Amino acid sequence: MTKVTMTVNGATVSGEVEGRTLLSSFLREGLALTGTHVGCDTSQCGACVVHVDGKAVKSCTAFAVDLDGASVTTIEGMANADGSLGVVQQAFQDHHGLQCGFCTPGMVMSAAALLAENSKPTEAEVRHYLEGNICRCTGYHNIIKAVLAASGQDVSGIAAE
Amino acid sequence: MHNFEFVKPSSIADAVAALRQEDAQALSGGQTLMPTMKQRLAAPSVLVSLTGIAEMKGIRASGGVVEIGAATTHAEVAAGAGAYPALTALAGNIGDPAVRNRGTIGGSLANNDPAADYPAAALASGATIVTNAREIAADDFFQGLFTTALEEGEIITAVRFPVPERAAYAKFQQPASRFALTGAFVAKTSAGVRVAITGAGEDGVFRWTDAEAALSGNFSAAVLNGLAAPEDGLIGDLHGTPAYRANLVKVMTQRAVAAA
Repeated sequence: MTKVTMTVNGATVSGEVEGRTLLSSFLREGLALTGTHVGCDTSQCGACVVHVDGKAVKSCTAFAVDLDGASVTTIEGMANADGSLGVVQQAFQDHHGLQCGFCTPGMVMSAAALLAENSKPTEAEVRHYLEGNICRCTGYHNIIKAVLAASGQDVSGIAAE
Repeated sequence: MHNFEFVKPSSIADAVAALRQEDAQALSGGQTLMPTMKQRLAAPSVLVSLTGIAEMKGIRASGGVVEIGAATTHAEVAAGAGAYPALTALAGNIGDPAVRNRGTIGGSLANNDPAADYPAAALASGATIVTNAREIAADDFFQGLFTTALEEGEIITAVRFPVPERAAYAKFQQPASRFALTGAFVAKTSAGVRVAITGAGEDGVFRWTDAEAALSGNFSAAVLNGLAAPEDGLIGDLHGTPAYRANLVKVMTQRAVAAA
């Protein structure tokens, strides 16, 4: 076992991990942050996306021990300080950007990473950026709408199909 | 996945020493190796992370050559290798954003997946693969499915791309995996034209020499109209027959020429 220390959602945390402990396992089982979901566990679906040093990363495809010293943000770190939903989360609620909700943590984290790089993306850019996030309810139209709304763009003309 | 000992050296020399241990394996971004280990198709006893080595990171452009540290991520190449636009475009379309934030150019080349994008860029550009021990021409580097000229424990430290006069990459994506069902990288230099095909060959990336000869005389998509890529040695699987891929070889090459 090896001791790792990270900053997770602003707090310094430490834990003992095996070499093979995935970041997703460390977050969920070590830190009880179960908002990060593991869907496929094969780096295809994107449900487990978190931010590592500000970049979107599939937490099922990174070793915790390799990220010693990193700064990690999970879905639990996306709400405002007063506990209200963050901008991207609120947009998903307002525009019905989720059905079963399983993919939502990864969708929100990927969307937030996109908006950090590109504050006013086009619909095509949103779709391209979310290629690695799969919604098996197939609720993509409202997810795209929510991300565009979170960027402050008018989405009144975008119909849910 | 089976457990292993994890080491993260901060210099190439320390990494080379760590890789001398029995059943040691280099780990870069892990975007291929980790899924492989989960399936227990790989079970190294020691994993040597190469991502903590500063001298293996970064992009340097000078004298018509772009040199990229092997541990540079696809996202960093997409953002920072502007001196070679065809390469930045290729890097920006590998996998998805989260994969591009972890996966590295050295890892991709060392793995030599038959459907990976970077091998096509390296072979068409006539790149040089720099290792801890020597320099290897791309023509000598790729030696078959998941097989390269790398010796046991040898590490790619950097890749040098001479920037062509004109170049472009076109790929037909397998829509679920986003790997190239077939991809063509075309590079035109004063010495002629090189065309490298990925995703199609049973032995991995290869040069389409008939197209190179035709394009060296006349660099236009139309010059390939009468040419057919040979089906021999092309992959046949549930995604496409050899004949289907042969057609994609031609169409992707024409698209790359048109975009170059």
